[in-house]
Amino acid sequence: MSRYFTEDHEWVDVAGDIATVGITNYAQEQLGDIVFVELPEEGKTFDKGDDAAVVESVKAASDVYSPVSGEVIEANGALEDEPALVNSDAEEDGWFFKLRLTDASELDSLMDEAAYTKFVAGL
Amino acid sequence: MSAEPEIEIEEELPLQELPLDGWHRAKGARMVGFAGYHMPIQYEGIMAEHLWTRAHAGLFDVSHMGQLVFTGEGVDAALEAIIPASLTSLTVGRQRYSLLLDEEGGILDDLMVSRRPDDIYMVVNGATKYDDIGWLIEHLPDEVTMSLLDEHALLAVQGPEAVAALTRLVPGVEQLYFMQCAGFGWEGHALWVSRSGYTGEDGFEISLPAEAAEAFADALCAQPEVKPIGLGARDSLRLEAGLPLYGHDLTPDISAIGADLGFAILKKRREAGGFIGHARVATELAQGAPVRRVGLAIEGKLPAREGAEIFAGAQQVGTITSGGHAPSLGAPIAMGWVDAAHATLGTTLEIEVRGKRIAARVAPMPFVPHRYHRQPS
Repeated sequence: MSRYFTEDHEWVDVAGDIATVGITNYAQEQLGDIVFVELPEEGKTFDKGDDAAVVESVKAASDVYSPVSGEVIEANGALEDEPALVNSDAEEDGWFFKLRLTDASELDSLMDEAAYTKFVAGL
Repeated sequence: MSAEPEIEIEEELPLQELPLDGWHRAKGARMVGFAGYHMPIQYEGIMAEHLWTRAHAGLFDVSHMGQLVFTGEGVDAALEAIIPASLTSLTVGRQRYSLLLDEEGGILDDLMVSRRPDDIYMVVNGATKYDDIGWLIEHLPDEVTMSLLDEHALLAVQGPEAVAALTRLVPGVEQLYFMQCAGFGWEGHALWVSRSGYTGEDGFEISLPAEAAEAFADALCAQPEVKPIGLGARDSLRLEAGLPLYGHDLTPDISAIGADLGFAILKKRREAGGFIGHARVATELAQGAPVRRVGLAIEGKLPAREGAEIFAGAQQVGTITSGGHAPSLGAPIAMGWVDAAHATLGTTLEIEVRGKRIAARVAPMPFVPHRYHRQPS
């Protein structure tokens, strides 16, 4: 399984044609305490860069973009009851949604972990 | 992922530094631009800081606010001609909440005014202080002198354990009741201390020379009850306490009565008037205000934020002026301006958030009870 990152601080795990999307640990630290996550419905289709979810911290609402194009096959229901999972485990249990990829070549434009770590260090 | 700007950031002028700038950074604060200054939005996190203040005591740096002093022949009458507070009945060591109103009765600022032995001391909002000064200069007679205490810091210690912590450093402050104030000393520095604040908790506000601020903040944070608290928690604490924030819940577009601040205008002044904006106050006391600031309890978990529209059926009847998650309640709350016909307690309304309607109800404020140390009556 490969993990990719965007400059907007989303991560994507790819297994076959299924992509799991979340926000990075850096992102959750910047947002602070997360109190609500609005997730996309199953069957919804996104183009790369579309607004896909909204994460609400105590202070503000932030958009989460779909890092790749695809159709939503599952949203992480655990976040409805426990949005703070995004704070405690952003890059594993705090995932947002899963997509069936429509264009795997889009992954080529994303960063790998080393590149993302370097990107964040430069912020 | 992209965040909306958390608060309005002024980019026209370079941000200025407060006396405790380096102190905040050394404490690990995340700094943002607010009211023209670099200010700490949070240290360890808004939720933890909020809950700490409700349970123990928080230190807030509010040195961006404008501290003004007035002296001179006829200062009481001169100020009474501008603000609706009753200065003649304000005795030494007492503080009152008041307003600056424009000619049409719109709110230019909200403020605290108190009488000290040798002057009248006023604290106005940071973002509005230079406009306030201009307005006051325009309306004050030459005999009255106004000075801005720009070499003074202003710190607030808030929370149920604030009195224990501050008394250890400044014995005697425990004798003050809510909205009383007096001069004290600490290590050779003069402090002006009032028992007041903007969190709904018991606590104190301390005006002191800027050069003493860092040592005093260190001494306070060395007390086991006290942690530094940022602007983020200050905002969620005051929202739970039902206290309006100027520039959001209060602007020139709402009146004193509409904003539910009639308590700040004593009966004598309501009737006799003689202050700027009185006509609007008199009319709305008699007929009611067309738009009212109300509290809103929100169903579910989705926060409704400033700018969200409020509906009764298909008709828009208001707008959210501040809103967010209430850490002490674990639920979203909001304040908004609502047409008077829909502002009665218990009225069910809907708020539109990202195209969805969420259910809300006009609710009594404060959302979290005040715990002021009031003088027994």
